[in-house]
Amino acid sequence: MKPFDYTRAGSAADAVALVSADPDAMFLGGGTNVVDHLRLGLFGPGHLVDVSALHTGVEPAPDGGLRLGAGVTNSEAAASPLVRTGYPAVSQALLSGASGQLRNMATVGGNLLQRTRCRYFQDPAKPCNKRRPGSGCPARAGISRDLAIIGTSPSCIASHPSDFAVALAAMDAVVLTRGPGGDRRLPLDELYRLPGDDPSRDTVLEHGELIVAIELPPPTDLTRGSRYRKARDRASFAFALGAVAGAILVRGDAVADVRLAFGAIAPRPWRARSAERAILGGQVDAAAFRRALEAEFAEATPTQENAFKRTLAVRMGVGLLSELAGLDTHVDRAGQPR
Amino acid sequence: MTDIEIPCSDVELTVNEHPCSLRLDNRTSLLDALREHLGLTGSKKGCDHGQCGACTVLLDGRRVNSCLVLAVAAAGRSVLTIEGLAPGGTGVHPMQRAFLDQDGYQCGYCTPGQICSAVGVLDEVRQGWPSAVTDSEPIVLDDVEVRERMAGNLCRCGAYVNIVAAVLQAADGQPS
Repeated sequence: MKPFDYTRAGSAADAVALVSADPDAMFLGGGTNVVDHLRLGLFGPGHLVDVSALHTGVEPAPDGGLRLGAGVTNSEAAASPLVRTGYPAVSQALLSGASGQLRNMATVGGNLLQRTRCRYFQDPAKPCNKRRPGSGCPARAGISRDLAIIGTSPSCIASHPSDFAVALAAMDAVVLTRGPGGDRRLPLDELYRLPGDDPSRDTVLEHGELIVAIELPPPTDLTRGSRYRKARDRASFAFALGAVAGAILVRGDAVADVRLAFGAIAPRPWRARSAERAILGGQVDAAAFRRALEAEFAEATPTQENAFKRTLAVRMGVGLLSELAGLDTHVDRAGQPR
Repeated sequence: MTDIEIPCSDVELTVNEHPCSLRLDNRTSLLDALREHLGLTGSKKGCDHGQCGACTVLLDGRRVNSCLVLAVAAAGRSVLTIEGLAPGGTGVHPMQRAFLDQDGYQCGYCTPGQICSAVGVLDEVRQGWPSAVTDSEPIVLDDVEVRERMAGNLCRCGAYVNIVAAVLQAADGQPS
């Protein structure tokens, strides 16, 4: 591990000033990902600016929504009664991630900026366009079972690892940042960029731009009925193979409102907007949900190893919406509705 | 070769209720500070990546993986390790007693982390913190809850059945 200076920032302004003035500096939150990266030798910052003690409150937002300070831990956010009742998918997503110890350390701001768990990214001996631009990507022809099937590019098929961000995408959350150029509000869906020919940048944030809070819009019947579901190789403490955050509001026989976002299948949380449009106003019908989701993922370009993720995502989405809408969710052994 | 000045910091910690002052390379993890600088070798280094839980300690009362905490980032905070768990520093803590009673280990390497984690679990349950499998309020601590909440502690000997029994014994023995 390369030696580094350490500063505990007294304020967001100090933290932003320190990091934006030094290309070799970076923010430190709970450290669950950054400290591991330093130990693995992926990065060698010269200065860590600790922001974990800043912005640690969960409080009402001015518009009646909820503001999570970026330094709130995953555990605290998941246990917050306001989160649990207003946006259960958010609490469930947080609780489905990592372990109790890691959730006690990890901050919600840091969670959004964690890096992919692609094994080539995490191994400094391997080429990786995300870690060392231009060095190549062994993943597409290599071990790709965990990686993305949609939104990828020839240079990178890394998947985004966060559960929390998927639920936030479904809830229309907004990220508040402070940077050298001032403050801004970014819809979560616009925080992340697709890899294109520059996979080294996961987000649109500038160097030295700090996430200070995450805002959830005022809770509604839709968000209060939201749910998160995760499929993985172990019963607990594993990254997702597929995940879905969803909510549906039914009036009469028709879908009055619907939200769907998927995790573990794309370089960022995948808000399924075209499927939402197809489902909205239509009948509450599992076959209709399936058609909408099959169309959503028609453009997926999986590898041989992760082709199962398309089927998995479609079935998880259909299953979640059907269950939330009170449909009979029994399926036969092939996963088809009876 | 030129001399490289290694950035260091003065780190004040409260460890097992004793104040400690250390001069540490900023790269030092809390785990290495405990083991290599304070001689507290109860906390174990298994994976050094936050995946095994053998290094679990209580930081300001919350269980954490001490391998992923920079000691300098823990400055000013209070650490409780397996060595300081027993009340008054003598005898055994009820969770240690339960692991003994239920034979909740084989080789013992993961045990300090298991015990510190389990103490943290019971406090989290007392606070009403849900887990991914919680479906009732108040929380009913059963097999399924313990397994989910202890998922961050691996036991290569596979003593899980008795570990779950030990955590449940300790939970029963304390006022709710």
